[in-house]
Amino acid sequence: MLNRIAAVTIKELHQLSRDRLTFGMIIGIPLMQMLLFGYAINFDVRGLPGAVVDAAQTSGSRALIGDLQASGVVRLLAPSPSVPDLRRRMDTGEIQIGVVIPADFERRRLQHDRAAVQLLVDGSEPMTDMVARALAATPPPARQGMQALRTETFAVRTAYNPERRTAVQIVPALIGVILNMTMVIFTSAAIVRERERGNFELLITTPVRSWELMVGKLLPYVFIGLLQTTLVLIVGAWLFDVPINGSLGDLYLAAALFIAAALTLGLLISTITRTQFQAFQLAFVTMLPSILLSGFVFPFDGMPTAVRWLAQVLPLTHFVEMIRGIVLRGAALHDLGWQAAKLGIFLVAALALTMLRFRKRLD
Amino acid sequence: MSTAPAIVAQGLTRRFGSVVAVDHVDLTIPRTQIYGFLGPNGSGKSTAIRMLCGLLVPTSGQVDVLDHQMPRDAERMRAKLGYMTQKFSLWDDLTVIENLQFMARIFGFGSRERTARIAELTREYDLGSIATQRAVTLSGGQKQRLALAAATLHRPELLLLDEPTSAVDPQSRRDFWESLFRLVTQGTTILVSTHFMDEAERCHGLAILDRGHLVAEGAPQQLIRDIPAIVVEIEAADTVGARRALDGDPAVLSIAQLGTRLHALVDPATPTADARLRGLLEQAGVAAQVEIVRASLEDVFVAATGFRTAATSPPPQ
Repeated sequence: MLNRIAAVTIKELHQLSRDRLTFGMIIGIPLMQMLLFGYAINFDVRGLPGAVVDAAQTSGSRALIGDLQASGVVRLLAPSPSVPDLRRRMDTGEIQIGVVIPADFERRRLQHDRAAVQLLVDGSEPMTDMVARALAATPPPARQGMQALRTETFAVRTAYNPERRTAVQIVPALIGVILNMTMVIFTSAAIVRERERGNFELLITTPVRSWELMVGKLLPYVFIGLLQTTLVLIVGAWLFDVPINGSLGDLYLAAALFIAAALTLGLLISTITRTQFQAFQLAFVTMLPSILLSGFVFPFDGMPTAVRWLAQVLPLTHFVEMIRGIVLRGAALHDLGWQAAKLGIFLVAALALTMLRFRKRLD
Repeated sequence: MSTAPAIVAQGLTRRFGSVVAVDHVDLTIPRTQIYGFLGPNGSGKSTAIRMLCGLLVPTSGQVDVLDHQMPRDAERMRAKLGYMTQKFSLWDDLTVIENLQFMARIFGFGSRERTARIAELTREYDLGSIATQRAVTLSGGQKQRLALAAATLHRPELLLLDEPTSAVDPQSRRDFWESLFRLVTQGTTILVSTHFMDEAERCHGLAILDRGHLVAEGAPQQLIRDIPAIVVEIEAADTVGARRALDGDPAVLSIAQLGTRLHALVDPATPTADARLRGLLEQAGVAAQVEIVRASLEDVFVAATGFRTAATSPPPQ
């Protein structure tokens, strides 16, 4: 039995060592995504192009404009003479934020029931809208003896990520996204490639058992997955100062569990499809919901109930929770038992389905 | 070793949708012989072989292989069966040695046994000079030698070969058959499918398949003796004219061209078949030599497949 599993694993390693593209992807995909997501995804938006219509032209309105500029969130371009002109510039995409200071700005400032300034926001981009709302909630401080418009009701302290750096939120979960991507793609081709190349007909006439074949094929990828995890952690710590607050042992255990689940998903795809092309397509079909619904980018708790149920089926959802818990909150694996159990259930169910689908037959 | 037949099939049938690929075939294949499946493409040879080694489940009928029922006992029989697929099915991106090592591990050879057996096969199938080459770079003949080495690595009692020589040159085909005869003397039973007449003639026993039906069975010499037709050979410069002259005659069951000669299969009930054809040719004004000859296996094939199919001629050697 071990002999046969070893035979399959050795064969896979031989083949892998000759497949330079796949080999490159093992290292390339994590690196590329780290750099891409680590630097490019930034919820801490700065320098949004904006313009002002200042109908008031008072010292107060100029002070407000100065404050806006100083915040760095908005990069103010040439002022607009009128509101319609502002709208036109937003239509063309020149600006994403428009600030309209009405002629009665000074009077409005003293009236607490009316807003003093209007912000015009390009709602076609999700993050801009969020930023603008944040901007509206923080009014410029009082000056020249004028009373403050509002006092802060809440003082926010962001636990686990006091500086609110996006990379800290992104990188740990990125391990999951990268593993989900590479593991599913690699194994989705595993069986179907043999079928396509005609090796399958020979393979099934040998004494190798179905599960031995599966395990033998998956083993090399478990190690590859752990290697990728290590790579992301090192690059994350080095480039983005992402701390690892929990135990490394717990982290690798959680990663191994997720890797097994992702590999099994790939294997299941491989037994359903008839060609490698179909397998890749199906792998991609599972990829997008995994990434979007897992809480990697959008808060999981903000999703409708039905979608949350769907997300529960995807292994990445549970892993994102686990890895953020371990890396950022310093949680131990037993604190995350429920998530681990759900991953385990997925693994067993997918494995059972795969076994059911796989036959050492041609028909 | 048991003296019971290696393979007994009864009413073996396989449908793919509305197509009946193998239709109620009965077979008894004795041990330590080379038994051939002869038939054109699409005659059901591959499907039959796949059912015999448990890769396809018969739609109906029963198969016993080495006293075990298939496909029920297929997994238990794996170590006793060797199978060589029609298309090269070892791994292109592995070297010759790596391919053999993989097969040896899968069949449970320990490391010393493995080394010894691979060394033996390397000698036997002349793989030494290409041992570290990747399979994808091998020629047709080399691939075939590797495939046979892999199929016989675990010393199977029964070897199933699905058109093993369709992609190799004549010299390689001769060497290949030498190897098969050597295996038979070592006690192996071999079932081989082919569409080459010269290969079919080398088999101890032969089954002619046509569109899923078993249409003739026996030793090649016996099939030749028992052909249900008189074979008349016509040698003529104008073969087209000769053919036209004979085509409509009710006694002429079929005409096949072999070079400058025609073989006409004539209804066995016809008295003086040669004189009759000679008369027809003279009427048409075609000069020709006409002679009753011994049937070739190709004639047998044409007769067995209902006097319509022209079989594949052996390639020039």
